[in-house]
Amino acid sequence: MPESSARLSVRKTYKLYIGGAFPRSESGRTYLVDGDNVALASRKDLRDAVTAARKAQPKWAGATAYNRGQVLYRVAEMVEGRRAEFVALGVPTAEVDAAIDRWVWYAGWSDKIAQVYGGANPVAGPYFNISAPEPTGVVGAVAPASFLGLVSVIAPAMVTGNTVVVLAAVPQVAVTLAEVLATSDVPGGVVNILTGRAAETAPWLASHDDVNALDLTGVDDPELATALERSAAGTLKRVLRPPAEPVDFAADPGLHPMTALLETKTVWHPKGY
Amino acid sequence: MFEYAPAPESRAIVDLAPSYGLFIDGTFDPPSAGGGVFKTVNPASEEVLAEVSAAGAADVDRAVAAARRAFGPWSALPGAERAKYLFRIARIIQERSRELAVLESLDNGKPIKESRDVDLPLVAAHFFYYAGWADKLAYAGFGTTPLGVAAQVIPWNFPLLMLAWKIAPALAAGNTVVLKPAETTPLSALFFADICRQAQLPPGVVNIITGAGDTGRHLVEHPDVDKVAFTGSTEVGRQIAGSVAGTGKRVTLELGGKAANIVFEDAAIDQAVEGIVNGIFFNQGHVCCAGSRLLVQESVYDVVLDALKRRMATLRVGDPLDKNTDIGAINSAAQLSRIRALSDIGTAEGAERWSPPCDLPAEGFWFAPTIFTGVTQAHRIAREEIFGPVLSVLTFRTPDEAIEKANNTPYGLSAGIWSEKGSLILAVADRLRAGVVWANTFNKFDPASPFGGYKESGYGREGGRHGLEAYLA
Repeated sequence: MPESSARLSVRKTYKLYIGGAFPRSESGRTYLVDGDNVALASRKDLRDAVTAARKAQPKWAGATAYNRGQVLYRVAEMVEGRRAEFVALGVPTAEVDAAIDRWVWYAGWSDKIAQVYGGANPVAGPYFNISAPEPTGVVGAVAPASFLGLVSVIAPAMVTGNTVVVLAAVPQVAVTLAEVLATSDVPGGVVNILTGRAAETAPWLASHDDVNALDLTGVDDPELATALERSAAGTLKRVLRPPAEPVDFAADPGLHPMTALLETKTVWHPKGY
Repeated sequence: MFEYAPAPESRAIVDLAPSYGLFIDGTFDPPSAGGGVFKTVNPASEEVLAEVSAAGAADVDRAVAAARRAFGPWSALPGAERAKYLFRIARIIQERSRELAVLESLDNGKPIKESRDVDLPLVAAHFFYYAGWADKLAYAGFGTTPLGVAAQVIPWNFPLLMLAWKIAPALAAGNTVVLKPAETTPLSALFFADICRQAQLPPGVVNIITGAGDTGRHLVEHPDVDKVAFTGSTEVGRQIAGSVAGTGKRVTLELGGKAANIVFEDAAIDQAVEGIVNGIFFNQGHVCCAGSRLLVQESVYDVVLDALKRRMATLRVGDPLDKNTDIGAINSAAQLSRIRALSDIGTAEGAERWSPPCDLPAEGFWFAPTIFTGVTQAHRIAREEIFGPVLSVLTFRTPDEAIEKANNTPYGLSAGIWSEKGSLILAVADRLRAGVVWANTFNKFDPASPFGGYKESGYGREGGRHGLEAYLA
């Protein structure tokens, strides 16, 4: 063995993130991104991801808001610890900072959104009437092509008790985030990340009968966005349309990314004795 | 059993014209060449009440253009001024409420008891509620910028109430509207147009165009519309959601339902039976949130069914204008044939059908209150919205089973829970996938209370602070 040879590094295999595991695409396909072979997700992978998301949804929604907040905060801690990995993948330092802060911001919303968005209604009668937001269920998202954009679609869906299937546009960054999630107490299936071509997989997400909402924030082809929205109408999915103007993901996101994925339930109770 | 003498409400209070135009830009005009006329009938007698205009594409263009012209000045008015118009409208509705109630019962077939004591008070209350928001939008949390022209299409089951749910928040937020009432119940919306004139609402702020599905489609697909609000069937809701794709129009949809009304063994049975009756026979069951699937815990099945049948035998079906009538006429021949067809399917699929002895009038459209027992989740009468006085009865053993059965539907509009145990009610309410849950009550509505569905019952909320979100950017 030659004494002076440099150590050969161990490369990462970029796989999908489904149900808490990292499988290859069932199709066996990969595509080349900046010298890495990345899994090219298929329709079957997408359906597996929706199944995993549906399975995880009731328990995640049933967790206490405090617990969900803790889990999101843990994600922020883990990204902080792996910031060098994201920088090495070309994410600017300021964007990594902003992404960490975004996780912290959303973590805090878990037990506040119901107070801000719901409440008691003063009806004209002897009733206690209260409206509270609840998760819509399984959210399908086409993520924007940046780390902060990716976090900005996953975190609001998660914190509100939804589970999510994400078609990611920055594959190595997305898989690295998946590794963060897998080590952050996020239950398997709560977030599922698919790499590949959104134009190929998104139509199956839009037409899937077991998806409740479709976030098109990352779709930049208007014709594709229209086709996806039309397809989503088949099961009356809630649709977040692509923004008309390019989004400044560094700005305060406001409530809409969360409220668009929430249903308001109003319960009436009579008062009397 | 009591005998009742007839107690008819006088219809002299309603002054019907032989024919009505379209209300566009503050005046009633006949339809253009592309439009037409149709007749609206009293479903209790099949008597023609009036001839009504069917708006063609050119009429829709004209109405949208009028709303667009009015939008600038209307949205620029101080909120406090818009509020005063809405308060005026609310007051006029109160003053004319008996007239409007009789009119609604004539055109729709619903009992006067309901149009007088439920629909009209809620209509006025809705305008009062949103009037107060017009100068307080900055506090609601949805911005203060109106969207523009709202295209609104409403159903025939609560014609004036659905109009109020649509128009009041739209106007309060500074939008202008073009509203199309249902083909079979156009009259109260046309009377509302007259109320707008009486209130001196600026021309074009509210435009009422009558017609059938084609008119609605032209309106919803009009390129100069900014917002679509629809209440009706899930099927049409899907078409609308598809047709607005890529247009950027904002949409809210309030669609069908197949609500579970769950009776637990510890419920106050007599109260629960009143709630079951109100849940499915209110407004002839023409209610999207009707409690059309009764889920009874097995241990109290016999006692609930006996009490329910006893109670149903006292329901009075007949003249909607009689003050003692509980169940009025089915709204149209088409709806009656749909109810009959689905009920026949219920029998054919093996469920057992029961109705109390019940004399139905010879003229008009009628259907006796009906329950089906021995219904399974696979039966079409347990899955499809019948939109009539027909109840499907299923059973369960545990709360988990009740929840699973209740949620086993593509719909998610409403649900009912009957129990004397508070913690059970709260736990079950948490797990029901429905936008409105009534615990130990049913079919209660209030302008302050948000209403709307989960899943394929649509999206968006009407009523309350939440109801403003649909009309602000």
